[in-house]
Amino acid sequence: MIFPRMAFLLCVCAMGLASAGVRAQSVVRVDGSSTVFPISEAAAEDFQIARREKRLRVTVGMSGTGGGFKKFCMADASLRVDVTGASRPISTGEMAACRAAGIRFIELPIAFDAVTIVVSKRNPLESISIEDLKKIWEPAAQAKIFNWRQVNPAFPDRALKLYGPGTDSGTFEYFTEAAVGRVKASRGDYTASEDDNVVVQGVSRDNSGLGYLGYAYYAENTDKLKALAISPAVGKPAVLPSEQSVMDGSYVPMSRPIFIYVNAEAAGKRPEVRDFVEFYLKHAGAFAREVKYVPLRDVDYAQVLENFGRLRTGTAFEGHSEIGVKVAELLKREVKE
Amino acid sequence: MQEPDLLAIRAIITRHKRWDLFFGVLGICCLMVGVLTLVALFVDMWSSGAERLSLDFLSSFPSRRAGQAGILAAWVGSVLVMLVTASFAIPLGVAAGVYLEEYAPKNWLTDIIEINVSNLAGVPSIVYGLLGLGMFVYTFGLGRSILTAGLTLALLILPVVIVVTREAIRAIPQMIREASYACGATTWQTVRDHIVPYSSAGILTGVIIGMARAIGETAPLIVVGAVTFIAYLPPVPFTGEPAAGLFDWAREAFTVLPIQMFNWTARPDAAFHANAAAGLVLVAMTVGMNALAIWLRYRLRKNIKW
Repeated sequence: MIFPRMAFLLCVCAMGLASAGVRAQSVVRVDGSSTVFPISEAAAEDFQIARREKRLRVTVGMSGTGGGFKKFCMADASLRVDVTGASRPISTGEMAACRAAGIRFIELPIAFDAVTIVVSKRNPLESISIEDLKKIWEPAAQAKIFNWRQVNPAFPDRALKLYGPGTDSGTFEYFTEAAVGRVKASRGDYTASEDDNVVVQGVSRDNSGLGYLGYAYYAENTDKLKALAISPAVGKPAVLPSEQSVMDGSYVPMSRPIFIYVNAEAAGKRPEVRDFVEFYLKHAGAFAREVKYVPLRDVDYAQVLENFGRLRTGTAFEGHSEIGVKVAELLKREVKE
Repeated sequence: MQEPDLLAIRAIITRHKRWDLFFGVLGICCLMVGVLTLVALFVDMWSSGAERLSLDFLSSFPSRRAGQAGILAAWVGSVLVMLVTASFAIPLGVAAGVYLEEYAPKNWLTDIIEINVSNLAGVPSIVYGLLGLGMFVYTFGLGRSILTAGLTLALLILPVVIVVTREAIRAIPQMIREASYACGATTWQTVRDHIVPYSSAGILTGVIIGMARAIGETAPLIVVGAVTFIAYLPPVPFTGEPAAGLFDWAREAFTVLPIQMFNWTARPDAAFHANAAAGLVLVAMTVGMNALAIWLRYRLRKNIKW
């Protein structure tokens, strides 16, 4: 009879599996934010090609900034990741978790992401001020602001339909802080999606739509979407998001640096981790451009590499993001753990 | 007197036949909702992804360049995870089903177990993910590995396997058991030589339904720690330096097809959306499993005569 024999085989298989051992590994484990993922993936891909003869291996996960820090600060070394990507600085709670597990980290900015405000190509609007954005998105606007004209008399008289990322996203967090003034303070009656492509679809098909998303999603869809120039205050000149304006710091307050955090002990003791991070930083500008992010200036990359070389541990932040921060200044700040 | 009666009866018959026709059409419409949705999905997937399907696509690792990206790591991961799932879920599920039908005394404890098993079949998959994370990753220290993923999915489909096993066993006529016992067979002999072989066709169907559910799961695997980018395969037993053990592949990091597909469709670069052709491979794998089940069932049924 075929069936008992098959069952027997499966039982043997199951027992063997349960007793399988772990091989000594030289895998560099990367995890973290989905915003940083494309750059980390590019680094992992090219690193493995460049070090083919050494058979060095890199895995990249995508658990989000918070999920990444959780795996980064884990007490059990076999489950810990060596590098985590973050679209915001490490929070005080996460710092405490790392401290409790005895983990010291190196904070390295690797590129810029710019939150881009988009409308349909058929919308005549060209620019918008932060005040107007606040009027549209603040919690008090919920169930009240339904027309462009309610926001600003100069705007067209048509219905206002809103699209944006879901509340777990780093883009949501940064946008609310930069536009509304308080983290995660937003109206709730908008079309929210964890997938930014939904915002692209929605706004491109909706004449009266307005949405915000990461710069890469705009850059890949310039044929369907129009980005609005942003003026940081009424009367100040409005600036369009572009590689130039983000790099020279004039696209404020909607651009932010994104980071990788590296386990200092792993970087010090495991040559493959150190090798990978150096490779990452040396090529970060090219990778960032390729996946449509904005690179840092070359001098800043040199400084980041130097900071990593000295294993300069700690964060330059106070446990939350800062609006309109300059990377050059960030890299020279006192750090603390 | 007779003529009008016949007319009335004919009218009734016509009316009833109209209802018959109406219900038939309604039934076909209902069927079409499901079938057409599937066809539309498949055609959409085919038209956007068919050009990407090639040997290269199946044999290369993921890449940030859409044209070079492949699903080697993902489909190998899916196959290995399914292998582990089958190795645990089938023996455990079938044994549990056999116990509940043939051995378990009919008392309140058995009733509670039965109710629980049925309820477990409806628990959302993410809950199994959390269970797998807590139990296999943190408590047993199995790591974020193929083994953990396979075990988690085995738990997920276990209730389905148990329930279907019991249904299949119940379909065996009572006289078979009685004949077996009358010849002096023990319960174990009856189970081994009669119950399991005769119900194996039904059990297989259930196993395949469970596996088809498991192969499409994403959420619990992300929770237990599947990675998204991986560009190497688990070690083949007895190869490499130092030689890998027979089951060392089970402790490696992994990704699976649905995760890879989700990652590609969420990308800004539209060129990646065509790579969701991976979905075609996933569908092909499911169809392949179903075909295998049907073939096995046919073979097994041929041997049963009662």
